[in-house]
Amino acid sequence: MRNLTKIFGLSAMGGAGAMFAAMPAWAQEAATDTAAAAADAAALVPYVYEKVMDKGDVAWMTTATVLVMLMTIPGLALFYGGLVRTKNMLSMLTQVFAIVAVVAVIWIVYGYSLAFSDGGAWNSYVGGFSKAFLAGVDYNSLVATFTNGVYIPEYSFIAFQMTFACITPALIVGAFAERIKFGSLLVFVILWVTFIYFPMAHMVWWWGGPDFLAEQQTLLLIAEAAGDTAGAEAAAAALGANGLLWNWGALDFAGGTVVHINAGVAGLVGCIIMGRRVGYGKDSMAPHSLTMTMIGAALLWVGWFGFNAGSNLESNGITALAIMNTFTATAGAGVAWMFAEWLLKGKPSLLGLVSGVVVGLVAVTPASGFAGPVGAMFLGMFAGVACFLFVAYVKNMFKLDDSLDVFGIHGLGGIIGALATGILVNPALGGAGIPDYTSVPGTLQVAEYAFGKAFMAQVWAVGFTVVFVGVGSAILFKLVDWTLGLRVKEEIEREGLDVAEHGERAYNM
Amino acid sequence: MKLIIAAIKPFKLEEVREALTSIGVRGMMVTEIKGFGAQSGHTEIYRGAEYAVNFVPKVKLEIVVSDGMVEQVVTTIARTAKTDKIGDGKIFVLDVESALRVRTGETNEDAI
Repeated sequence: MRNLTKIFGLSAMGGAGAMFAAMPAWAQEAATDTAAAAADAAALVPYVYEKVMDKGDVAWMTTATVLVMLMTIPGLALFYGGLVRTKNMLSMLTQVFAIVAVVAVIWIVYGYSLAFSDGGAWNSYVGGFSKAFLAGVDYNSLVATFTNGVYIPEYSFIAFQMTFACITPALIVGAFAERIKFGSLLVFVILWVTFIYFPMAHMVWWWGGPDFLAEQQTLLLIAEAAGDTAGAEAAAAALGANGLLWNWGALDFAGGTVVHINAGVAGLVGCIIMGRRVGYGKDSMAPHSLTMTMIGAALLWVGWFGFNAGSNLESNGITALAIMNTFTATAGAGVAWMFAEWLLKGKPSLLGLVSGVVVGLVAVTPASGFAGPVGAMFLGMFAGVACFLFVAYVKNMFKLDDSLDVFGIHGLGGIIGALATGILVNPALGGAGIPDYTSVPGTLQVAEYAFGKAFMAQVWAVGFTVVFVGVGSAILFKLVDWTLGLRVKEEIEREGLDVAEHGERAYNM
Repeated sequence: MKLIIAAIKPFKLEEVREALTSIGVRGMMVTEIKGFGAQSGHTEIYRGAEYAVNFVPKVKLEIVVSDGMVEQVVTTIARTAKTDKIGDGKIFVLDVESALRVRTGETNEDAI
């Protein structure tokens, strides 16, 4: 306990980065004795730190970014493309690819700024425009990771997060495949990322960083000890200047709420508003190429290692944990869906197997850096069975034409994963524990786990996301519908979107 | 001249072709088709969505022969394409009005 006071001094400089990198990710010292801490306050000096960039972290983040890009193009494009009919293959590929390009541009122009900058009065909900066109950022700019003293180039963070912003709207298109106008889709996506995605990313992931929190917490303790109420208030405000859901204590490692529930619910709303495809229930709408779908699914699994493990923003034991979880949950879910289908429908299908795999990936996303591998495996199995039952039985009960099961897999899988994160983060279940950066400023402690508090934080986050995204997306869909029209004319739907919307065929054989 | 249209099981095509060429048939047209007769389809399931697949893949042969060869060709096809299971196919014979060989301009019996 005594030697921790060295951290609150000039010894925090210089060696801090190396020291913390060498420490195990979760310092196992006992929880802070508040009386002793108060006694130490008199000896407190402001927290100082050095921002250290490590080549290994930058190399990993670069790799992870490219892996996530691969997930969307061609991963998601082929996964979805193979599932639609031949006459709509090209339109599916074009929609996904175009969304990537469009959202990447928007991200640079104002997206990154709205998601990851200080929003002033609106900071609980969204950022501001201080970093529009990446103003003020250059190749020397650094941003915090989840470890004190460890920093990565801001460009690495911008690029990595850009791939997330690109894939999320691309996921939605599956819900209303084969019937949306291309132009209307692009307009909708621009509106959706602006009003739904960027705020969600900000609310869940915008925080000051380990060193900033340590610095403000130390200032708070100093101010309190000195009876400086103004100073204490300022420090407390700075400590709380995080996104809304972050402040609720909601845990989302790689985007269960931000990406999957987000896209899933938006997809559900979209397919309900747009209505069922012409010929639904009568015509054969069988996938035209499960070969392509399998290729896409494999690229998704491989790329997802970048999605989950890259969300650690650095390369350490938690990165390795996220890699493990991306294996165990995925395998568990694939096996579970396959056997559930084998048992209940008679034959194990490839589509079922790859769908199960994707469910596992989705469900483990929020838990990837928090759950233990065995817990993740059981999460995958549970989610695999639950989503299979939804897709095979419930969806048909409601005659819901969620063409490519965006809600069934991403929405439901994301909800299950997000809720389970609150359970599996428990160290008693092998989890990494809830991170605590302020009880011993300058270090990462494991906060005490309380099921009620942890689980309810997840419930609130999921509930908020569902409502915010559901209502918000509905408004945006309706807006585009009234102005441009969302759905293509029936003749075009019958002919196929490829020729009618793009003047091309996927196959000229 | 007669046009013989035969729908057979796809895997029988090679056997039928060999048998026909050995009795002197020098040309035929083959198309991949879907169809059904007494053989009913099956159900396919994609993520819980069931589709009744009523059409089964078949191969259609179209052969134009002189009147004298018709019976031999029909018998040969029937014999080689048969598997004694439903879905073996059908053979139809139609009248042909005229024929022309594009390269040489020969007509009718000289063209087939």
